[in-house]
Amino acid sequence: MIFRRRGRPQPTDPFVPVTPTVPRAPEPAPVVPRENPEIGRLRAERRLKFTASCFVLGFAVVAIKMGAIAASEAREPATGSLLGASIVSQRADITDREGRVLATNVTATALYAQPHKMVDPVAAAQGLAAIFPDMNAETWTRRFTSGSKFYWLKGNISPEQQQAVHDLGEPGLLFGSREMRLYPNGPLAAHLLGGARYGEQDVRAAEIKGVAGVEKTFNGFLSDPAQEGAPLRLSIDMPVQTAVEQVLYGGMRLMNAKGAAAILMDIHTGEVISLASLPDFDPNDRPRPATEGDPGDSPLFNRAVQGVYELGSTFKIFTAAQSLELGLTNAGTMIDTRGPLRQGRFSIRDFDNYGPRLSVTDVIRKSSNIGTARMALDIGGARQRAFLESLGFMEPTPLELIEAPGIQPLVPERWPDITTMTVSYGHGLSASPLHLAVGYASLLNGGTRVTPTLLARDDPPPPGPRIISPRVSAEARHMLRRVVMEGTASMGEVAGYQVGGKTGTADKPKYTGGYWDDKVISTFASVFPAYDPKYVLVVSLDEPEIEAAGEARRTAGWTAVPVSSEIVRRVAPLMGLRPNFDPGRDDFGAYLTQAAAR
Amino acid sequence: MRGLLYTLSVIAVVALGFWAYREGYETRASEKAVAALERQIGQRHQELSMLRAEWAYLNRPDRLHALAEMNFERLGLMALSPDHFALTDQVGYPPPEPPASEALAEALAEDLSDVIIMNHRYGADVEATLIAPPTLADDGEQLP
Repeated sequence: MIFRRRGRPQPTDPFVPVTPTVPRAPEPAPVVPRENPEIGRLRAERRLKFTASCFVLGFAVVAIKMGAIAASEAREPATGSLLGASIVSQRADITDREGRVLATNVTATALYAQPHKMVDPVAAAQGLAAIFPDMNAETWTRRFTSGSKFYWLKGNISPEQQQAVHDLGEPGLLFGSREMRLYPNGPLAAHLLGGARYGEQDVRAAEIKGVAGVEKTFNGFLSDPAQEGAPLRLSIDMPVQTAVEQVLYGGMRLMNAKGAAAILMDIHTGEVISLASLPDFDPNDRPRPATEGDPGDSPLFNRAVQGVYELGSTFKIFTAAQSLELGLTNAGTMIDTRGPLRQGRFSIRDFDNYGPRLSVTDVIRKSSNIGTARMALDIGGARQRAFLESLGFMEPTPLELIEAPGIQPLVPERWPDITTMTVSYGHGLSASPLHLAVGYASLLNGGTRVTPTLLARDDPPPPGPRIISPRVSAEARHMLRRVVMEGTASMGEVAGYQVGGKTGTADKPKYTGGYWDDKVISTFASVFPAYDPKYVLVVSLDEPEIEAAGEARRTAGWTAVPVSSEIVRRVAPLMGLRPNFDPGRDDFGAYLTQAAAR
Repeated sequence: MRGLLYTLSVIAVVALGFWAYREGYETRASEKAVAALERQIGQRHQELSMLRAEWAYLNRPDRLHALAEMNFERLGLMALSPDHFALTDQVGYPPPEPPASEALAEALAEDLSDVIIMNHRYGADVEATLIAPPTLADDGEQLP
């Protein structure tokens, strides 16, 4: 490898020009001849004027547009509202679960008068009196000549009446168009629908407001334009509701009862398929609330939801189920039923003497007060109260009726042993038939809490909190089935539907305290089919009394049960429930064997 | 040159003005038509809702019940009850149509006075068979 030395640096060139230390004088700026200041001023002025006029023009445009907007009348754009063309009425329809119309709107005509435009007020008043029988010619003559400028005459007139008023030829009688709420099925489901009336009125339109029932609960939804006229779909099934009301009315007349109520509920989803209360009314012509007498006797009173009664022996199954759930007894445990059972100054008796001891199943089957009271004493007041609370007997039901949230069950404040004993067979605690239906559904559907609803559900809701085990639920259903097969509700059998249920007959309390001897509320709460529960039915009759087998009968087994069985017979096929005529089939035994194997 | 340009632009402005004027009128006319159509649609909807209400009123359960009772002799309508449910085996279906085969049709079309058509139906859809009467041989013996 060859290394070469770097060449030596040469000495710097001595003739390189150096930078001068003294700065040179700058070159003189070229001399510009000065402009005439007058010309410059004019140019600046021109530019400023131009800019100013631009601004003035701009603001003027804005101001004119604002003025035009302020002066013109505000209205929706005329085109592009095809979406809104489908909304024809201001209030949406109400339909049943299959979309059959329960409430809808029709156009109607109102009649009003402007007396100052009238040609002959006296003739007008006489003509009106001839057309409308309820209008008095003298009264209206006096009013038309009193100097007032406006009167509403009729809220809703028929086309014939309208033509007759036209024929009067009076320019001071005018027609206003509006909508009218129509319930095409008349009194069907009257208590559920409630009714509607006119709110704010105008000659061009009138506001419709719900006054009761779902019409009032869903007032906001029904009149909300954002819903685009979507109907309110209830869980009610119209044919089922019709059949229930028909049978219930017949039953009420046959049993000489003064009122009746029935609730049919889906046991798993809590949808109310039918809810009837008799006597009822026509929501197209809703009567005014009674100002005198017992409000409980008014047709407006919804017995199924608002009627708070002691529900009697129907409560016994709750006691038995809780006893089974806590492991205190099993279905075969013998209970001492020797009576009368004394507690302080009270003594508890049975309807008949059922012998010294009965198994738990037989206590339910024969409806022994003493046996139930003894089981309840073993359970204890606090646990009993908590159990009834978990079934919803301590609070109003959350049903979507405007009346429901105000109905508080009557619960004793203190809970001594005697209350424990009486509540165990349904006395001392008052609740509505709806509460009872919810309690039965929750107890018998496998043991999860059910929330009642009036809205149709497309998919089943998630199961509620567990109350009792599925096994105890099945055992309770089996006991109820035994009540119908060989107990107090033997008339409740409907071939093919395996009805299971419990009767309850409670004396009516007097207003003055104490109980009536000859007035009862008889209730039958049932579940069908018992081995594969689908529906819960509660039927309640107010003051039934029939002459049967040689004596006057008031117990539920003779009154509410036959009505209930006829309802099941009519309604179950309507709901597409196929009868199962296989008599040897008893899933309960198989269920218990499987449960033991698990 | 400049004159031509001016003339052309003036013509263009006039033409555009005319076009815009016509477009404006057309737009207004179609807006009016749309509004009229919308009114019509609204009216039809109104009529539809009225008809729906009438349908619901005419189909109310108590009217249907009364009609069913009035026409009971003719229609025999009863309330649905549990014994109306049946198994599909219990349904009395009409007997199946005899299979229309060409051979059978031909045989029927032919006018054979001494031919017996026998149909040994061992299954539902066997072919029809044609059996001729025994023919005699020349010597009088019966042939198979």
